[in-house]
Amino acid sequence: MLAALRLSLLTATLATAACLLLGVPLAWMLARVPFRGRRLVRALVTVPLVLPPVVGGVALLLVFGRRGLVGGWLDATFGFSLPFTTAGVVVAEAFVAMPFLVISVEGALRGADARYEEAAATLGASRWTAFRRVTLPLIGPGVAAGAVLCWARALGEFGATITFAGNFPGRTQTMPLAVYLALEQDLDAAIVLSLLLLVVSVAILAGLRDRWLGAT
Amino acid sequence: MTARRWAAVAAAALLATAGCAGGENDAAGGGASPGSGGARGSGPVTVLAAASLTESFTAIGTRFEQLNPALDVTFSFGGSSGLAQQIVSGAPADVFAAASPATMRTVTDAGDAVGAPVTFARNQLVIAVAKGNPRGLTSLSALAGPGVKVALCAEPVPCGAAASKALDAAGVRLTPVTLEQDVRAALAKVKLGEVDAALVYRTDAGAAAADVDGVEFPESAGAVNDYPIVALRDAPNPAGAAAFVAFVRTPEAQQILADAGFRQP
Repeated sequence: MLAALRLSLLTATLATAACLLLGVPLAWMLARVPFRGRRLVRALVTVPLVLPPVVGGVALLLVFGRRGLVGGWLDATFGFSLPFTTAGVVVAEAFVAMPFLVISVEGALRGADARYEEAAATLGASRWTAFRRVTLPLIGPGVAAGAVLCWARALGEFGATITFAGNFPGRTQTMPLAVYLALEQDLDAAIVLSLLLLVVSVAILAGLRDRWLGAT
Repeated sequence: MTARRWAAVAAAALLATAGCAGGENDAAGGGASPGSGGARGSGPVTVLAAASLTESFTAIGTRFEQLNPALDVTFSFGGSSGLAQQIVSGAPADVFAAASPATMRTVTDAGDAVGAPVTFARNQLVIAVAKGNPRGLTSLSALAGPGVKVALCAEPVPCGAAASKALDAAGVRLTPVTLEQDVRAALAKVKLGEVDAALVYRTDAGAAAADVDGVEFPESAGAVNDYPIVALRDAPNPAGAAAFVAFVRTPEAQQILADAGFRQP
């Protein structure tokens, strides 16, 4: 059972990292770059929020499964397939949790004054420097809040994970899956597991919150 | 400003997690409609049945409603162990049909059954493979071969218990890629092509004959599952429950089960 908890914490953290890497640039694009189809892209980004997670899992299978659009090619070229792997769990969690990050960061970017970036540019900062030294500190709290939401959602992910990544102890059985299966066998064990997950996640969230409040 | 922002974030987080938890409970819990009681032998009858009974019980239910127009049967199909746990936790249901005596015992031990369960069908395992058996898997030992991806049911579910019994009998040790929560979920992974094989009941392979082939193997004879059925103590519609349990044992219903590939008890 500790294996399930460890796997949950690991995959939720990796999924959050993946969301930060992909989500912050995406949010920046949505907030700062006017392009055709921006509304469509924004709607697509929020789709996983609306979609039942199980449906998201099926969608992932159709794309990344062994016979999927991308998965078939991966399997044929590299002999690598995502379903039933820990990487598959991370993909499922990132898919479901990403909108929380993108929406928070985009909101923060829209709230931040673009003229600071322009001022930095007139003083000779490159775009990357301006983003790193001016924009990121401005939207820091928004990014942090988005990351926390994203992490929390990934930690609780159930539907997409069991559909896309299956259920195998130590490899793809995260805490919510372990709770669900324990529920069928032993109610008391399921309650203990649920409380454990609750305590750990509240402790982590409380710890992070204080640190960030002190820093900002 | 930061304090206010944090308050908003905390509220959003609470809303988000509460919303998600609720939604997934609904998805996992299945939707058994509560019966409203009603007159003797009329109204809704809620039947919780093992996932492997999906097609045959749906057919039996249609016939049952034709013969008893006052009764209206609603099914909730799922893994037997999950259904048993729902009953013990107080799910409003009239009849429980399980895929193994062990899961039925959860319900009878909790005192939630009326009388002793009756065995109404038997089932055994086959190896479900993609149509045409492209990897040529014809025995349990072939499943342990390198690069063969296998889905099994989780141990608490009857098909999982039967699978490990059969594997033990054959002396085969294999590491599945996934342990599914009911037999239909394991079968779905074969249909989707995500696994090469799954151990499912022959009735499940039969129901999905358009997409999968069922390969019989000798060790399955040692892991035959009895299907017990029982009326439930807290049934909102006890008369309807008794009528349905009786109907499942009639020759007509037994014929429907036999057509689906079940064996007579």
